[in-house]
Amino acid sequence: MAVELLKGNEAIAEAAIRAGLEAYFGYPITPQTEILEHMARRMPDLGRAFIQAESEVASINMVYGAACTGARAMTSSSSPGISLMQEGFSYIACSEVPCVVVDVMRGGPGLGNIDPSQADYFQVTRSAGHGDFHAIVLAPASVQEAIDLMVEAFDLAEKYRTLVFVVADGLLGQMMEPAQLPPMKPVHKNRPDWALTGAVNREPNIITSLELNAPALEEVNLRLQAKLAEIRKHEQRWAELWTDDAKLVVVGYGMSGRIAQTAVKQARREGMKVGLLRPISLWPFPEKRLSTLADQVDAFLVIEMNAGQMVDDVRLSAGGQVPVSFYGRMGGVVPVPEEIYHEITTLYEKLTSGE
Amino acid sequence: MTAVEALVEEQIVYQRPESLLEVPTHYCPGCTHGIAHRIVAEVLDELGVRERTIGVSPVGCSVLAYKYFNMDGAEAAHGRAPAMATGIKRVMPDHVVFTYQGDGDLAAIGIGEIIHTATRGENITTIFINNAIYGMTGGQMAPTTLPGQRTTSSVTGRDVETTGFPIRMAEMLAGMTGSAYVVRRSLHNVKEINRAKQAVRVAFQAQLAGLGFSMVELLSSCPTNWGMSAPEAMKWIEDNMVPYYPLGDYKVADAVQPLLKRK
Repeated sequence: MAVELLKGNEAIAEAAIRAGLEAYFGYPITPQTEILEHMARRMPDLGRAFIQAESEVASINMVYGAACTGARAMTSSSSPGISLMQEGFSYIACSEVPCVVVDVMRGGPGLGNIDPSQADYFQVTRSAGHGDFHAIVLAPASVQEAIDLMVEAFDLAEKYRTLVFVVADGLLGQMMEPAQLPPMKPVHKNRPDWALTGAVNREPNIITSLELNAPALEEVNLRLQAKLAEIRKHEQRWAELWTDDAKLVVVGYGMSGRIAQTAVKQARREGMKVGLLRPISLWPFPEKRLSTLADQVDAFLVIEMNAGQMVDDVRLSAGGQVPVSFYGRMGGVVPVPEEIYHEITTLYEKLTSGE
Repeated sequence: MTAVEALVEEQIVYQRPESLLEVPTHYCPGCTHGIAHRIVAEVLDELGVRERTIGVSPVGCSVLAYKYFNMDGAEAAHGRAPAMATGIKRVMPDHVVFTYQGDGDLAAIGIGEIIHTATRGENITTIFINNAIYGMTGGQMAPTTLPGQRTTSSVTGRDVETTGFPIRMAEMLAGMTGSAYVVRRSLHNVKEINRAKQAVRVAFQAQLAGLGFSMVELLSSCPTNWGMSAPEAMKWIEDNMVPYYPLGDYKVADAVQPLLKRK
């Protein structure tokens, strides 16, 4: 496959198709509508299912239905649309149906705006719906990584029978950069044994999130929690740079991590021992690596495009061993490397002046 | 003739359909859900499609319908059964997919989903149980509660000045171009039950022929929440519901017409 100049949203859509996506259901919302448009062009040509639904509520329930048959199904949306889908996420999580959801976040709260934001970190990692559950959350920082993670998202969803979010922001969705798409995978027609395929020579399969008996529902929850513990153990993902001798590690995910990288690089040029850790899985959070780094560094600086959400996870991982500072912009404002560089130098001077 | 031979000679004239499981239901005495389940099961048996049917249960009294039907099934969120059924049908077009929904589920919280499913001409069948009340939550006003009808949330009777008017869903969905077959029947006596079964059969046949959306609305009883005996409830359907919700065929697409002539 050749390297092409690709737009984030279209690359995400095409990567999903090549990963064997069998059904897409969505509703237009900026800044992710190109995903829906790409699906509208491509899916019918391939003989696969595409519906522009009447709402995000309908979209996620169509995904739920299609996924109940063992088909690879997904939807995509942006913050306000994701809020509307939360009921469905909860049902999907409880009934353990593999589904993939792309969330290209925008400024909020409310209708907010259509500019890049990371203000929905809590929503996807903590409160994607009612009840006790987490989804796997993957956060790419480039068009290439978005492509790679889309493919992986389907494999993870099926491996753990879980909901997987791929979260980007409007910046990644709208930007173009060179990237390579994967080869086309055919739609897999072999259905798992739990799927709704018609009860031929077997007992009926039922997909439900209802369990009226309290001890039995606790059992369901214990099973879900055991699965989440497995995911937490095996699926923590991150990227890091210049952390070997770092006194200060900057932590940022997605585009804020990528912008922070420019600032960290500048600080390194100036001789400061600064490193970068970029979480790729937001849930499970790379707590193991952060916790190890907490033994080595003097401080963490968290960069986000929100009022400070992932910073809580960094503090939990640091376990009070070292101070954790935060710098963020909100409302769709994207920080520039100079701002982050200023934060780094101010903090670094404080850390080293005491020596 | 020995006793055993006599048994062999017996002809079975009535038995549980294969599409229904041999389990007790949680439905109240006098509730017509059992009749509606049985009609659907008999039709699926007669059409020989049980093994390729997927049912979608709603939220409401029939939330556990999947425990009574002997076929693959899913339990949808409140009102979302048509969306879920759409997702299933689009990836399993050769399967028979139906939703079984009450009036709160279909006519209140899920009205958007059912309208768009109908207008897309989604090739699924909906069994719509209209008993003019929220049964499972204990008898609150439904979108189909009749004017003046007392419920726990319309304690002096439904006041149309403040709560609006009951929705006639069959008439509304018949207006969708994508609808192939939309009719209203009742379950209050044997004659109507037989007519209801005919309609359920045509609805599934329309789906099997790929003709588009089909819905059978069934006027149903809720003696518990209506505060009536079972016979009183049946009479109440006839005296009060049928006049507001006239029985009849509201949409029979041209392509469906030949199905009506078949016995």
